[in-house]
Amino acid sequence: MNPSFASILTAGPELVLTIGSLLTLMLGTVLGQDKALKPLTYVSVFILGIAGWAVLQAPAETVIAFDGLYIADSFSAFLKVLILAAAAASMWLALPYLGESKTGRFEYPVLLMLATLGMCMMVSANDLLSLYVGLELQSLAAYVLAAFHRGEAKSSEAGLKYFVLGALASGILLYGITLVYGFAGATGFDAIHDVLAGQGERSLGVLIGLVFILSGLAFKISAVPFHMWTPDVYEGAPTPVAAFFSAAPKAAALGLMVRVLVGAFGPMALDWQQIVVFLSVASMILGAVAAIGQTNIKRLLAYSSIANIGFALVGLSAASPQGIEALLFYVAVYLAMTLGTFLVVLQLRRADGEAVELLSDLAGLSKARPALAAALAIFMFSLAGIPPLLGFWPKFAVFQAAVAAGMVPLALLGFVTSVVAAYYYLRVVKLMYFDEPGVAVTSDGGRTNGAMIAAAALFCSPLGMLAMTPIVAAAGRASASLFLR
Amino acid sequence: MLLSTMILLPVLVAVVLVALPGVDAARARVLALVTTLVLFVLGLMLWQGFENTGPAFQFVEYVPLFEPYFAWHLGVDGIALMLILLSVFLMPLCILASWESVQKRVPEYMAAFLIMESLMVGTFAARDIFLFYVFFEAGLIPMFLIIGIWGGTRRIYASYKFFLYTLLGSVLMLVAMIYMVGEVGSTDIGVLSTHDFDPGVQFWLFLAFFASFAVKMPMWPVHTWLPDAHVEAPTAGSVILAGVLLKLGGYGFVRFSLPMFPDASAQLIWLVFGLSMVAVVYTSLVALVQNDMKKLIAYSSVAHMAFVTAGLFALNTQGIEGSLVMMLSHGLVSGALFLCVGVVYDRLHTREIARYGGLADTMPRYALLLLFFTMASVGLPATSGFVAEFLVLLGLYQTSTWATLLMTTGIILGAAYMLWLYRRIAFGSAAGDDTRAMPDLSLREIAILLPITAAVLWMGIYPRAFQEPMKPAIASIVARLDGRQLATLPTDMTLTPGLPAFAAPAAAAEAHP
Repeated sequence: MNPSFASILTAGPELVLTIGSLLTLMLGTVLGQDKALKPLTYVSVFILGIAGWAVLQAPAETVIAFDGLYIADSFSAFLKVLILAAAAASMWLALPYLGESKTGRFEYPVLLMLATLGMCMMVSANDLLSLYVGLELQSLAAYVLAAFHRGEAKSSEAGLKYFVLGALASGILLYGITLVYGFAGATGFDAIHDVLAGQGERSLGVLIGLVFILSGLAFKISAVPFHMWTPDVYEGAPTPVAAFFSAAPKAAALGLMVRVLVGAFGPMALDWQQIVVFLSVASMILGAVAAIGQTNIKRLLAYSSIANIGFALVGLSAASPQGIEALLFYVAVYLAMTLGTFLVVLQLRRADGEAVELLSDLAGLSKARPALAAALAIFMFSLAGIPPLLGFWPKFAVFQAAVAAGMVPLALLGFVTSVVAAYYYLRVVKLMYFDEPGVAVTSDGGRTNGAMIAAAALFCSPLGMLAMTPIVAAAGRASASLFLR
Repeated sequence: MLLSTMILLPVLVAVVLVALPGVDAARARVLALVTTLVLFVLGLMLWQGFENTGPAFQFVEYVPLFEPYFAWHLGVDGIALMLILLSVFLMPLCILASWESVQKRVPEYMAAFLIMESLMVGTFAARDIFLFYVFFEAGLIPMFLIIGIWGGTRRIYASYKFFLYTLLGSVLMLVAMIYMVGEVGSTDIGVLSTHDFDPGVQFWLFLAFFASFAVKMPMWPVHTWLPDAHVEAPTAGSVILAGVLLKLGGYGFVRFSLPMFPDASAQLIWLVFGLSMVAVVYTSLVALVQNDMKKLIAYSSVAHMAFVTAGLFALNTQGIEGSLVMMLSHGLVSGALFLCVGVVYDRLHTREIARYGGLADTMPRYALLLLFFTMASVGLPATSGFVAEFLVLLGLYQTSTWATLLMTTGIILGAAYMLWLYRRIAFGSAAGDDTRAMPDLSLREIAILLPITAAVLWMGIYPRAFQEPMKPAIASIVARLDGRQLATLPTDMTLTPGLPAFAAPAAAAEAHP
C-alpha cells in the first residue's frame, strides 16, 4: 500500500472526526440555527462513537505514521477512549441547558468535535510540531466555547480572558519548541530522545526550552502557578462548557505532557522531575487551601480540578512505568467524578428558574432530591478520596508509585493536603444533609442526564472497585507502550 | 463464606432500606432489627465453629478480586472473633435503643447503622492490609452522617472534628502501609507480621501507625474529638462509638504495631506508658468536674482506654490478655452506660447532671441497673471490669512498677467520679417535678439492658470462655515480642518477689549487669 494511505488509515479516528466535523458543519448550515442542535448532537455523538470504535479496532502494537509526526500506541488509545467518552458526555449533557438558555446553536457540537479532534492529535503527537497543531486546534475551539453564551457579559469575559492567557501560553510553548529545535536539532520526539541520550553534558538551551515547554503545558492543565485563568473561566463559561473544560482537555493535556516528558525528554528525567514535583505540590496545596473560601460551586470545582491535577502529577513525578500507569488510572476516574459532579449541578434549578450556582443553594438538597443528593455525596466523598469509594484508589496508586520511587515526603504531603481538601468536599455534604432547606431547588434535566449521573455515581461507588482491575490493566499496557523503545 | 455473608448482608439490606420505595419508618426499624439479629446468630455460629486449639486464623476466604492493589482476604483469630462478637451483640441493642428516640429519616438512620456494622465486622476480619484500611476508613462516612444528621446542637462541629481528626491520623498510617507493602511485596497481614523490618525503619513506621491508632483509641493528647463526638451523637451512635469504634485503635496495636514493629514497640514503651499515665490521671480529674453525663462517661472511656494501651505495651501475656478483656468489658459497660444516659435523656431531654436526682426513689429498676453498670465500670469483683483491670495491672507490674502505681490511682479516681455521678443522679432529692414524674424503665429498655448485664456478669465470673479463643493469637504475638531490647525505664523499682532478702542484691546485679 502507498505509505500515505497507510498513514491515513493509521490515523483512522482522526479521519473520522475530521470528516464528521465538516459534515456536521454543512448539515447545520443547511438545516438552520434552531432546528439543527438536537439532530446534530445525536449525529455528533454517533460520530464520536465511530471514532471510538476505530480506536478500539486499531492494532495493539505501536505504529508510527506521517514520517514520524504521528504515533498510535496503547497509550494514545487509552487516552483517546477517555477523551471521546468525555467529549460525547459533554455534548449530550448540554442539551437541556442550551435549550433553556436560548443559546441552542448548532455550533456547539461542531466546536466540541473540532476540539476533540485536536485532543486526539495531542495524545498521538510524536513531534513538537504536530503537538502544537493539535494543541492549537483544541484551544481555539475552546476559546469560542468559553464565550458561547454570547448574550452574557460574564461568558464573553471568560472567553476573552481564556484567549489572551491561552495565546500567551501558546507563545511560550512555541518559543520553547524553537529553543529545543535550535539546541537539539530536531523536533521529532524520538530524535530528541536520541540526541539527549547521546549528550554527555546537558546544554543550557535545551533546559530552558524544556522549562518553556513545560510552562506552556502547565497552563493547559491549569497547574499552579499557571492556574489563574481556571476559576474565572469556569465561573464565566456556560456550565456544560465548564464541565467539558474540566474533563477531556485535562486528560489530553496530561497525556501530552507525559508523552513529551517521557518520550522526548526521558534522558533529562532528573531535570524535569523537580519541576513536576513543584507543580504537583503547589497545585495540591493551592487547590486544597483556596477552595475553602469559595461560595460558587463552579469556582469550587475549578479549585478541585487544580488539586486533582496536582495529585495526578504525583504519578508523573515518579517518572516510572508504575507512576504513569497510576496517572492514567487517575485520569480515568477523575473524568467520571468531575463530569458526574457537573451533571448534578446542571440538573438543579432554583425555584425562579435560574441555574444553581451558589453552594448555599444546595442546602437541604437531601430532602428535596434524595437521589441527586446521594449521587453528589458519592462524588464528593470520592473526590475527597475516602475509601471504599473509587476515588480513593487512584490517589492510592499515584502515592504508591511515589513511595516506590523513594518520594515518601511527597506522598506524605499529598495525603495531608487531601485531608485539607476533604474539608470542603465535606462542606457540600454537610450543606445537603445537615442543613435545613433554604432556597427551593427543583430539578428538571433530561432523562439521559439522569442516567449518566446514575452511571457515574455507580462507577464512583464501592462497586466501581470491581472495574478497577481491567482499567488498571489497560493503563498498565498503555504505560508500558510508552516506555518501550 | 460466613464472614463474607456477615459483611455483605447488612450492606444489601441498607441499600434496600434507602433505595426501595415504600419502606416507612416502622418497616425500616423491623427490617434493621431482624438483620442485626440474623447477624448476631451468624456471629454465634462463628464462635461455635471456632476451634480454640486450632490454627490461629480460621474461616479464611481469599478471592483476588481487586488486583493489583489488594485482595478480598478474610479470616479471624480469637481476638478478631471476640471483637466481632462484641459488635454484633451491641448492634441489635443499638437499633432497639433508637426505636422511639429517632423519628427523623428513620430508613436512612437504620441504613447507616447497618453499613457501620458491616464495616466493623470487615475491619476485624480483614487479612489484607489495604482491605483493613478500606474498612477502617470507610467507617468515617456513616459515623459522620450519624453525628451530623441525628446529633445534638453542636453536631456539625463535632462531625467535622471527628472526621478530619481521624482522617489525618490515618493517612500517615496509609503512607507507612504503602511503604511496607513495597518493601515486602505482599499485602497479606500474616506475611507482613513475620517480616523483620530494619529497626531504624520500624521506628518511623511505628510512629505513623501510632498516629492513627492513638487518635482512634483515643490517647491523650489527641482525645479531644471524643467528648465532642459523644456528646453530640445520638445515643446509639455513642454506644457504637464507645463500644466498638474505640476498639479499632487497640485492635490496630495488637494486629499491626506489636507483631510488625516489635523492636520499635519495645523501645517506645516509655512513650505509651507516659501518655497512658497522663491520660489516666488527667482525664479522670476532668471527668470529676463534668456537668454533662455523656461527657463524663466519654472522659472515663479515655481513662479506660489508657489501661488498654498500658496493658498492651506491657508486652507480656497477662498485659495483652488483660487489655483485650478490657476492650470487651469496656465495650459492654460503657455501651450500657450510654444506653442508661439515653434512657433518662429520652424522658427529660437534658444530659445535665444537676437536673436529675432521687432516681432511686422514682425509678428503682433504672437505679438498680445503673448501679450495676457503675460498679462494673469501677471494676467491682465479679464484673468484667475487675478481671480486665486486674490482668492489666498484673502484666504491667512485670514491666514497670511506676506505671502500675500511677495506673492504679486511676482505679481510685474512677471509683470517685463514677460513684459521685451515681450519687448525684440516683440519691438525694429530685431536681424538679418533671424529674420526679419520669416513668421507670419500659419493657423495651429492660430488654436492652438485661443482655448486657448478663454478659458483664458472665465475663466477670467465668472469663475463660472469652479468654480461651484468644490464647493462641496472644501467644504468637508474645513470641514475636520475645527477647526484644526493652527501653530502659528511668526509675524501675521492680523487686523480685518471694526471694529471701539476702539474695535480692545478687538477683538485681544479675538483672542489670
